[in-house]
Amino acid sequence: MAVLIDLVLLAMLAITALRVIFLKDLFAVVMLFGIYSLLSALIFINLDAVDVAFTEAAVGAGISTVLMLSTLALTGRTEKESRRSSVLPLLVVVATGAALIYGTLDMPPFGAADNPIHQHVAPRYIEESPKEVGMPNMVTSVLASYRGFDTFGETVVVFAAAIGVLSLLGVARRREEDGAPDSGLKESDLKESGFKGHKVLRVVAKLIIPLTILFALYVQFHGDFGPGGGFQAGVIVAAAFILYALVFSLSHALRVVSPKFLQVLASLGVLLYASVGIYSMLKGGNFLDYNKLAADPLAGQHYGIIIIELGVGITVFAVMLNIFYAFASQVERSNIK
Amino acid sequence: MLVLDIVSSILLFAGVFFGLTGAVGLFRFPDFFTRVHAASITDSIAVILIISGLLLQTAFDLNTAKLLFILLFLMITSPTASHALAKSARHGGLLTLGESKQQKQQMQQKEAGQ
Repeated sequence: MAVLIDLVLLAMLAITALRVIFLKDLFAVVMLFGIYSLLSALIFINLDAVDVAFTEAAVGAGISTVLMLSTLALTGRTEKESRRSSVLPLLVVVATGAALIYGTLDMPPFGAADNPIHQHVAPRYIEESPKEVGMPNMVTSVLASYRGFDTFGETVVVFAAAIGVLSLLGVARRREEDGAPDSGLKESDLKESGFKGHKVLRVVAKLIIPLTILFALYVQFHGDFGPGGGFQAGVIVAAAFILYALVFSLSHALRVVSPKFLQVLASLGVLLYASVGIYSMLKGGNFLDYNKLAADPLAGQHYGIIIIELGVGITVFAVMLNIFYAFASQVERSNIK
Repeated sequence: MLVLDIVSSILLFAGVFFGLTGAVGLFRFPDFFTRVHAASITDSIAVILIISGLLLQTAFDLNTAKLLFILLFLMITSPTASHALAKSARHGGLLTLGESKQQKQQMQQKEAGQ
């Protein structure tokens, strides 16, 4: 039964990918990318990888769809017609694909218990992590403790992405070029975006946004016990604020959480993560050796994981929202012109 | 227990049936607004039926509460999404089938009058 579900999902994944290639309407392509992410999330669930599925659904289907849509608002929604012949690229792709498929022939059988991947570090994680780290959710133990250095790298990558986007698009400014004072926004500014007429949307958004943030906090701090963690929680909080910006206009959102504050937050998260590592070094351990954080190694692991997950959550939230701000304020500026 | 299982499977099948109806309607209906109507069936009545079916399978524990929360949020968000879709289509100037027919007739009458 599981194999059948896998086959159906993979077939749908392939169909979606093919459709993405042939469609010229980029709006539909972005929607199909969202569907693609949801389908892969379903496949991950079928493989019992709930944490990965959660991340894929939140990041892939949620936030990246929004970011791609705001990019489309800048660039226009139809793909440029290419006049060049596509025979050579097709040949390259077919050759690469054939090589990859040939490579899969050497792979061990799917799901077999004696596959190399199950013999390497997995037994250590499964057998020792309850004693060494003491987290009910083994994925969090691996992600935040055993592979803490990798996760630190990922957080820095997210931070670097924010720096890249902001240096390309410019920081969302509260229209200082108009000479308006920083705090005094004109009423006319507030009418530029947002859905003034959408009463239902505004009421529902007011109801949903606090609950979304509450859920994000649950995901953040329950990550030690169930699926969840900093990445998903940060993305969910960012989604709540993006909803606010979409429904109640961008300038309102800029007043609630300013881009400057977000820049501070983004670096604060990375700093929090790194300072845990440095503190454990000062205590005489290695970088990110949580055992040294408290007298009891298990308690130290617990503190360490909670703090670094918080750092990850803060950075991801700040970066995602700031990237959205950068795109959305660019769109508003071009609308005014 | 058997009665509960039977009731829950009836609910699940009904939910699946409405889900399929919505999908068929999404493809077969003639214009945007009727299609939104068909699609909104999948995330209103089908969801209610499927989640009630699942609720009867739980043993009144944490899962029951989680399912109820999911039901509550879907009940709030998905009709809102359908509403927002239809309303923005309306703002964009999309006419329903009847209205576009009327408009055509009026145009023809005008031409006939001239």
